[in-house]
Amino acid sequence: MSITNEEIISYIETNLGSVFEVQQDNYGVLTAEVPVHQLYKLVNFLYKDLTYKFNNLVTLCGVHYPDNKGKEIGAVYHIQSMTHRILIRFKVFAPIEKPELPSLTGIYAAANWMERETYDFYGIQFLGHPNLKRILNMDEMTDFPMRKEFPLEDPYRQDKSDFHFGR
Amino acid sequence: MKTNLEYKAEFLNPDMPEIPYSTLNLGPTHPATHGIFQNVLKMDGERIISGEQTIGYIHRAFEKIAERRPFYQITVLTDRLNYCSAPINNIGWHLTVEKLLKIEIPKRVDYMRVMVMELARIADHLICNSILGVDTGALTGFTYVYQMREKIYEIYEEICGARLTTNMGRVGGFERDFTPKVFDLTRTFLIEFPKVWRQFENLLSRNRIFMDRTIGTGPISVERALNYGFTGPNLRAAGIDYDIRSSDPYCSYEEFKFDIPVGTTGDTYDRFVVRNEEIWQSLSLVEQAMQKIETCENGIFHADEDRYYLPPKQEVYRNMEALIYHFKIIMGEIEAPKGEVYKAVEGANGELGFYLISDGGRTPYRLHFRRPCFVYYQAFPEMVQGQMLSDAIVIMSSMNVIAGELDS
Repeated sequence: MSITNEEIISYIETNLGSVFEVQQDNYGVLTAEVPVHQLYKLVNFLYKDLTYKFNNLVTLCGVHYPDNKGKEIGAVYHIQSMTHRILIRFKVFAPIEKPELPSLTGIYAAANWMERETYDFYGIQFLGHPNLKRILNMDEMTDFPMRKEFPLEDPYRQDKSDFHFGR
Repeated sequence: MKTNLEYKAEFLNPDMPEIPYSTLNLGPTHPATHGIFQNVLKMDGERIISGEQTIGYIHRAFEKIAERRPFYQITVLTDRLNYCSAPINNIGWHLTVEKLLKIEIPKRVDYMRVMVMELARIADHLICNSILGVDTGALTGFTYVYQMREKIYEIYEEICGARLTTNMGRVGGFERDFTPKVFDLTRTFLIEFPKVWRQFENLLSRNRIFMDRTIGTGPISVERALNYGFTGPNLRAAGIDYDIRSSDPYCSYEEFKFDIPVGTTGDTYDRFVVRNEEIWQSLSLVEQAMQKIETCENGIFHADEDRYYLPPKQEVYRNMEALIYHFKIIMGEIEAPKGEVYKAVEGANGELGFYLISDGGRTPYRLHFRRPCFVYYQAFPEMVQGQMLSDAIVIMSSMNVIAGELDS
């Protein structure tokens, strides 16, 4: 039961054409950057596909790269096939001025809270989400606290050099 | 009397005239919810029409805090996720860092970890099942088996000095070897526990009142459970034999012999029975792990990696090299490679995953916890729909939702 990443890549490419850009990963997980407009199509195909059965959305997490101009805000999806024991990782990036991604709630019910959490912390608007509101933080909050512009310590502190004590 | 399904069909029917429903606030602090959960329930008399959860009352921003901490300081954050089985979280986190650093772990450490993790699983399932008894009115069983949790905590205490939030082990292994007392305590536990647990099972699993309260309460089909991302005992109760210990073995689980119990309907009774059986399997795993430890060379309790593993204290005072490593590790100046890892372990209530993005710095660039509770608790409104109010308490209890893990 060992299906290589190349097999999956070629399987997707024969069915959907070139929809993603495969990235190097040193730990053996198929990692790919997917353009925003291809995400729903790709995941929907994988979910309905009967060869590999990617029936489980393991996790969704946001990530912020402030220096990555035009692609500051990202979402990382881990999608798994329980039957074939394969995990694949998709990354989708959006500009910070307009962080909009398609919602996967129509495919995976599990995506509901995961997307709400990602919205809560990174401000990603998931288009098509039935109930996109804050989940862990209070509703009155206006910021998105996991973004890198919010350092954990007071940025104006003078008596401590950050060079030695973390970010 | 109408059945649950008839009720469900009735209120899903759009042609029905509007009935004045009442709204009930279950929680945030309610003694029967075991934690701070708020559920706003729409009720038709005693029936639940729909529900909505509000969570986040004990949100402590662990993911943000982790972005400023060196790897070894994050262990204490993982303690506070699922605090009923803290060692599993600790070891899961260590495994993640070890995967990132590509450290080879000696077999003896693997077996020691399996032993601790299975004890933690027993403690967690024990709490969940005995509290389920309390929620259905059987307080007696709970008072007896809770003593056994104390025995497990005494073993933790002997291993690492702490009982609840254990902060057990280091990246690479354990901070010290297991003392002979650990094995003695575990052996006594393995003899005493089955008697107590068998009594508890006798008390509940064929009890007419308990069965009436739990069979058919809060069922979930396989398809819905998968779609909701269920993992762990809750998914297995619905009928899928998915267990990370066998599908993606870590800590040499592939060398152990154990069965994966599955249910059929995914209702509260199935979840209870699956957890019961898992306790028996865990007991056998602890025993197997102890036998395997005996076959290994004595005195190995961590990986032989000077760069990542804290040197013994007496060495630090005498030896230049050790002092440097001690300082570097404590200040978090170890060289972590750039990369991304996702590591999942079978936590007591599901797939506990750690997604770590390292940019080569002293702290993670991003750390995401895949908390099983958070994923499956969203199915709660669907599971209580059409059930009675008192069933909602039982369903929540049997799902084993831990507030610390839910809110991270």
